[in-house]
Amino acid sequence: MLTAVLVGFVAALGFAFAGNHMRKSVSYWIPFLPASLFVYFALMVDPVLADGAILFQYNWAESMGVSMNFRLDILSLLFALLITGIGTLVFLYSTAYMRDHKQLDRFYGYLSLFMASMLGLVLAENLITLFIFWEMTSISSFFLIGFNYRDKKAGRAALTALCITGGGGLLLLVALLMMGQLAGTYSFTEILQSGDVLRDSSMYPVILLLLFAGVFTKSAQFPFHFWLPEAMRAPTPVSTYLHSATMVKAGIYLLARFHPVLEGPGLWQNTLLIVGGITMLFGAIHALFRTDMKAILAYTTISALGIMVFLTGLGTPAALAALGLFILVHALYKSSMFLVTGVLDKTTGTRNLTQLRGLGKYMPLVFAAGMLAALSNAGLLPALGYHSKHLFYEASLGHITHSTLLTGLALVTNILLLAAGLLIGLRPFTGQPSHHPAERVSSLLWLPALLPGLLAVAAGLAPVFMEKTLTSPFAKELTTTAFEGHLHLWGGFDQLLMLSVMTLAAGLIVYWKFSTPKESRVTLVNREKLSPGGLMYKAAVQLRNFFKTLIHILQNGYLRYYTSVIVGFLVLLMGLRIQYSLEFNYDLARILDIQAIEAVTMLVMVISVVVSVVSKSRLLAVASLGSVGLCICLIFLYFSAPDLAMTQFTIDTLTVVLFVLLLNGLPAYLLKADRGIHWRDLILAGGFGALIFLFTLEVLNQPTDSGINAFYAENAYLLAKGKNVVNVILVDFRGVDTLIEIVVLAVAGLGVFSLIKLKVTDAPE
Amino acid sequence: MHRNNDDNQSGQMTTLILRTASTYLMPLLLLFSIFILIRGHYEPGGGFVGGLIASIALVVYGYANGLKRIKSFLQFHPGGLIPTGVTLAMLSGIAPMFLGKPFMTGLWLDQQLPIIGHVGTALFFDTGVYLVVVGTTLTIIFSIGEEIDS
Repeated sequence: MLTAVLVGFVAALGFAFAGNHMRKSVSYWIPFLPASLFVYFALMVDPVLADGAILFQYNWAESMGVSMNFRLDILSLLFALLITGIGTLVFLYSTAYMRDHKQLDRFYGYLSLFMASMLGLVLAENLITLFIFWEMTSISSFFLIGFNYRDKKAGRAALTALCITGGGGLLLLVALLMMGQLAGTYSFTEILQSGDVLRDSSMYPVILLLLFAGVFTKSAQFPFHFWLPEAMRAPTPVSTYLHSATMVKAGIYLLARFHPVLEGPGLWQNTLLIVGGITMLFGAIHALFRTDMKAILAYTTISALGIMVFLTGLGTPAALAALGLFILVHALYKSSMFLVTGVLDKTTGTRNLTQLRGLGKYMPLVFAAGMLAALSNAGLLPALGYHSKHLFYEASLGHITHSTLLTGLALVTNILLLAAGLLIGLRPFTGQPSHHPAERVSSLLWLPALLPGLLAVAAGLAPVFMEKTLTSPFAKELTTTAFEGHLHLWGGFDQLLMLSVMTLAAGLIVYWKFSTPKESRVTLVNREKLSPGGLMYKAAVQLRNFFKTLIHILQNGYLRYYTSVIVGFLVLLMGLRIQYSLEFNYDLARILDIQAIEAVTMLVMVISVVVSVVSKSRLLAVASLGSVGLCICLIFLYFSAPDLAMTQFTIDTLTVVLFVLLLNGLPAYLLKADRGIHWRDLILAGGFGALIFLFTLEVLNQPTDSGINAFYAENAYLLAKGKNVVNVILVDFRGVDTLIEIVVLAVAGLGVFSLIKLKVTDAPE
Repeated sequence: MHRNNDDNQSGQMTTLILRTASTYLMPLLLLFSIFILIRGHYEPGGGFVGGLIASIALVVYGYANGLKRIKSFLQFHPGGLIPTGVTLAMLSGIAPMFLGKPFMTGLWLDQQLPIIGHVGTALFFDTGVYLVVVGTTLTIIFSIGEEIDS
């Protein structure tokens, strides 16, 4: 299992470094990676159905409660199969679609990185591990949206997506940490037992809201949906894979994952029903008004994600069975539609519906793929969509108080989605041909588009099988109630059939009304300035301007201001601290017990300080500052801290060297006669010194022997085989601190280097 | 003194004594820095101080003989030491994980090596620190020095 998750990361690294060796001949072998993973997960279906959940345990950072455990149950298995299955199709399709692209190494690197992260996300059993993979999907999505980096709009879209999903991710992290704290563990299997603890906690509403923030941003729920249509700047295979079939469903996965732990009437249900309801209707309406095929698909995806959130909000076994089935159905028909769009775009050079007609004659198989997808979307027999639509209505009718309202909402959404699906699957292929493509469509392009449609039909004809393997175990996993006997090809004349017929009839009428897309309609719904996206963008610009002004005030390029601001702020902050408590508890006699040699050192130090302040020469000032440093070295030595003394000595030497280096570059040294400046500096420096003095005295309150130094002294040799306790602390006991410190040092070095050396003149072509 | 160094255009001091002394000092100081690095686990010293001493050795040499000389002596940009050091430190932390122990567990060879003594992951970690310190210090000082020259 660990291999299955990590192989994608290894492959990603390999692809990324392959460089020019990554040619098309190599790329034909790549689909075998997701395909073999798919086979691996397909073989797991039977064990999972038999056992419920299988746990794979791997140690990682046990001491911090972070493990690499993986949990394979019906929910994660469904997603794993989608990720690898759709992944295989997308990789296969890319071999033809991206054939002539120059940066195949990057493309496959990012795509594999994404696939592995997504697999890790759905399989992770530990909340922290889950979060790490969650963030990695956001990052790989950023790279893939901005893949055509010369396109400025793609760059902006990538940044928007990263800001929205990344911001949500941060809030999600807080939610996960709070859950972990309350449950006392980060293991999901154990948290599953402590649902009541979480629900009874006073932090329950906070956890829910933070979790929702993560979910709604990732899964493009209103009002955070706007990044998804923009993300369509990515190459079509990427849109298929990330922004329709898998990544955007990560939020849904998380909701379903935590459903058994966190669900409850009130906040959970109502929020999900309201947000999901708004999103599904909003997305469906917007989709109809678009002319760009990918825009239509983006908005129908938003709508479908809304349906999934809505179903989770309903929360009954019927609703969750419908959710499980709909995740599969949507992935199948939506990926097919995207791939069809990609073929049309590739052969005709446009995705604009107003310019595409009658292509069915030239590419019958692509037409078949589009039609099958539209059928499944419409919920017509024999496609699988028929069953998911039935379950959807059954779930909404089952709501106790508002069944009419919710069913009405579902009905309208389904009608609009049906029409939108026909716009993609039917409209470009009928009528008078607009283009006469000379080339035949490669089988690598039409096959991945057609396969999901055929699969949906096959599955649709086997309702009992689907119920046994998917809907019933899915509902049982999430609600502990099995859900059986609801899927059949013919259920008699009942409410559900009536609703289906109504959907179809009304949908066809809407399609007929909207079947000639017009550019003018786009502007009708595109209220850029009032949309959530526009408003958030405006807010972001305002925020940036605010900080720009602030930075111009605080960091205006004069070193003296920087120093004043930093020191002044510190004085203010520490001064506030004095207000709360300042207790001295020291032994004056011990402090005054000064050796003659210490007194002399002190005297030298004071003289040096005075000299450095009043001297008229820079070199003299620097040299006397250096002698202050050397005096500090001596004091370290007197109090037997040779390591500190050595470090201080070398640092001091380097500082003086650096100073002397810079002396040449500085303007002539003018002792400012301005009294005001003298006073300002005196007050700042004096205040800072006085505060440090006070705090040093306060430190003496702490007992010098707290046991920790005894521990270090005793165990330095026993545990770490070292006799120099200071060094042992640095490299062993607190080694991680040191590791982080050298990384900070490295970043500082790179920062100085790039500030001085790299002069960006103009954006390179 | 600091005002009349017009001939100091290439970051090069004209003091003959310093130039001659630095030629002998640099190898000695470099050796000393390695000595300090290795003894760190038992006596005062360690990667941080060792790195600083090595930086001083190279900076003083560069000062006396010009940045070009020190660059041709090093043959590579000191900035390259930074990632090398971080990687080395990281690897010495990760190494125990392959033996099923937690991150950063100290591993030690049973036998003592001549001169160096006990060899363990801590020494590699400290060497990483040493390289990062040298890399960062030299990158900063050389960058500033070159900026002033130009």
